[in-house]
Formats: sequence, C-alpha cells, structure tokens
Amino acid sequence: MKAAAFAYARATSVVNALELLAVHGDKAKVLSGGQSLMPAMNLRLLSPEILVDIGGLAELRGIAMRGDVLVVGALTRHVDLLRSPEIALHAPLLRDAVSHVAHPAIRNRGTIGGSLAHADPASELPACVMALDATIVARGPTGERRIAATEFFKGIYETALSPDELLVAIEAPVTGQGSTFFFQEYARRHGDYAVVGLAARAVVAAGRFSDLRLGFFAVGDRPLLAAAAGKLINASVNPELLAEAATALTNELDPQEDQQATAAMRRHLATVLLRRCVAALLARPELATGVAK
Amino acid sequence: MSAPVSLSLLVNGEPIDAFVLPRLNLADFLRENLKLTGTHVGCEHGVCGACTVRIDGEIVRSCLMLAVQAHGASVETIEGVSDSGEIADLQAAFRERNALQCGYCTPGMLMTAQDLLKHSPVPDRQAIREHLSGNYCRCTGYQAIVDAVEATAKTRAERRT
Repeated sequence: MKAAAFAYARATSVVNALELLAVHGDKAKVLSGGQSLMPAMNLRLLSPEILVDIGGLAELRGIAMRGDVLVVGALTRHVDLLRSPEIALHAPLLRDAVSHVAHPAIRNRGTIGGSLAHADPASELPACVMALDATIVARGPTGERRIAATEFFKGIYETALSPDELLVAIEAPVTGQGSTFFFQEYARRHGDYAVVGLAARAVVAAGRFSDLRLGFFAVGDRPLLAAAAGKLINASVNPELLAEAATALTNELDPQEDQQATAAMRRHLATVLLRRCVAALLARPELATGVAK
Repeated sequence: MSAPVSLSLLVNGEPIDAFVLPRLNLADFLRENLKLTGTHVGCEHGVCGACTVRIDGEIVRSCLMLAVQAHGASVETIEGVSDSGEIADLQAAFRERNALQCGYCTPGMLMTAQDLLKHSPVPDRQAIREHLSGNYCRCTGYQAIVDAVEATAKTRAERRT
C-alpha cells in the first residue's frame, strides 16, 4: 500500500526541527532514516499529518569520544556503527547487534536515534543501550535533558520522549579495561525480527562477574534489564547457581505470544541465551550445555 | 497541507527537477514520473528487495524512501548500471545459470549482488546468501542466483590478477 497524504517539512537545523515539533505536537512524526516509519505509513498503521525530516542535519550524525564517554549522534546510521573503529574498540556490542538488524539496504538508511525513538520491543539497539548503561540525550523547547536508557522505554513504541522533544544523541560510558560483551538472538532467518535476543555487558575478574548487565529483547512490551543477573555477580558460578538464575529470569519475563513463538517458548529460549552468554563471558563452555526447565 | 515539494536530484547522472507530493515514494517517482520501470515494487514495506536502487553509491529500498528525501542525491537505478555496462558480466552470469525465471526480483538482486561485489570482492557462498537475504525470489530457490554471483566474483578476481 501507499502512505496516506501528509505535509512535509525539511528541518534546516535542530532548532528549526524543535520549532516545527512545538507547532505540530503529536500530529507530527520525526523522519530520520525512515526504515520503520515508512513501512508503518505504507501499511497505514500510522498516518501523521506532517513529517519533520531531520535527515539533512549533519550535526546529528557521527561518533566521537568525549573524555570517557562515547557519543553517538542520533542520525548515525547502522552501517556507520558496523564500520566505525571507535565502536569496534569501545562498544563492539553495537556493531555485533547491528549485523542482525535487517539487511544491508536497510542498514544504509536506518539510524540509531530512529530505532531507539521507535522503541520496537523486538529491536536490538534498545536492549544494547540498556546493557551499555547509556544515556539518551533529548532536546526540547526548554533545553536538553538526559534520560537513562533504563528509564527511556515505556512500552510498545512508547518512550519517555514528549512530542516536542527530539532525540539528539546517545552517550555510553566507556569502562575501559575489562568490559566484555555478548550478543545473540534467535530469528527465523538472519535479519528477521528477533524471536528472543540478548545483549550483555560484563566485567569479569578472576573467573567471576564483578558486573553483568543482561538486556533481553522481544520478551515483553519493552527491553528488559534482567534482575536475575544479580544472582551471578560476585558469585562462584556453577550449574546450580545458573539454573537458579534461569528460574529467576523466567519469573521476571512477561513475553507475548505471537505468530513467531509462544510465551513459553520465549521464556525457554531466553534461558538458553542466558546460559550461552554466561558460558561465553566466563569462557566456560560446559555451562552452556544444561537444559533449562 | 501536503502541497507539492520541489525536488532536484541526479538520476543515472542526469539532472532532474520536479514537483512531487510528499507521500510519493522514490520507487513510484522513478517508475511513474520518470518511466524507469526497471525498479520493481513488490511488498512496499521494505521486505522483498525488488525496489533496490543506489543512493550516493549505497543500496537502499526505494519504497522506504520518499522521493523528496532524495533531494540533492545521486540515484542510480538498474537502467543506469545496466546501460553503463557496469554489471554486464553479472547479467550474463544470471542468464547463463538460469538465475531468474519470472524476472521480477532480478533488478533488485543485481543491484544487491553488485553492491556485495564492490565491498567484498571474493565473497564465499555464505556471505553471498547473507547479503542477498533481504531480496526475495519466488522462482529459483536461490541456488542459481548464488552460483551466478559466485561465478562473477571469481571471473572478476581472475581479471584483476
């Protein structure tokens, strides 16, 4: 199908974009890469009165280190994350995740800001920014505010952004030495929507987790930072403890049933990913083998 | 509201100026306004890959881009890369190996395959499958397409040495 009619405004600056959003409020939609918005409009799931196209705002695209914070502009495209040496060095989790996002032609247009603001519970990057303990930078009529990634996602396609705010950047703390990462997802085919996925960041010292952040996605109405990780921190991980963590994980998940999987299947797959993740990060392959109940 | 917007872009190297409605997507602009019907429209939501074109050298879905978003860009379609001879060998390999039947997906396949061969000169079959995974073919079962891309990669690699 074709999108319904709408008006179009090409923002000339962030200030201009904010002015347009202030005028049009929730009748407007921000157009970034358009790789989620355009399908939704073509399918007539969304019919905004006006699109505010921020695609030309070069100031919002790019990746830079500021002190020990990695700053990723909202218009940074998926392909930029794949190719960036800074990402490969400081946040390889984003690179690993993006290789699962759709297909090359989509990754050439899709942006990180667009993906986060869209807040599809099955998408990879929201779980990544939670695992990275990142901060979302939003600009509005009264200035800039910073929102913890863990507070940003409010539900299916819902975020903490108000209609007159623009997501401008993502800031991720770089912990320097010792952070390790894990990313895996189940999908029917590579590039399809995830059935269940896990993005994780850990600090491992002397065979133990001193930190472990497990960002699950496609397990509910928003990405989930699993509290079950707490059971594995500063503990000697053995199969019994891991089974306990897996049980805690299934209890805190509230997955939906859809044409891809039942809720029970999602719970099960989440525990499989948990085991693989812990086994990989601790370099103890034997931990991956237990079958979760 | 929703008044026509002015648009200037290059299409296959030729400067084009137009007034278009914002809702017109790039695929329809190419097909309906410019009569470049080699770009096919399949699913219209970014899944099938039949509408793949190049914008400033990178492949994109033209059904997921508004024509007005291509303002100032250089668009290349299957007509452009075919007429320039850039993919003549790839087209020949598709023909020789029966890598098409109805031909609906073929322009998108060729654009995507050429993109792969530009970025990764000697891809293995897994890499070919992965790169083409966003392009649907309902006739061939993909084997012959992968064969054709692999054969072209090898021939090009030999030519370079």
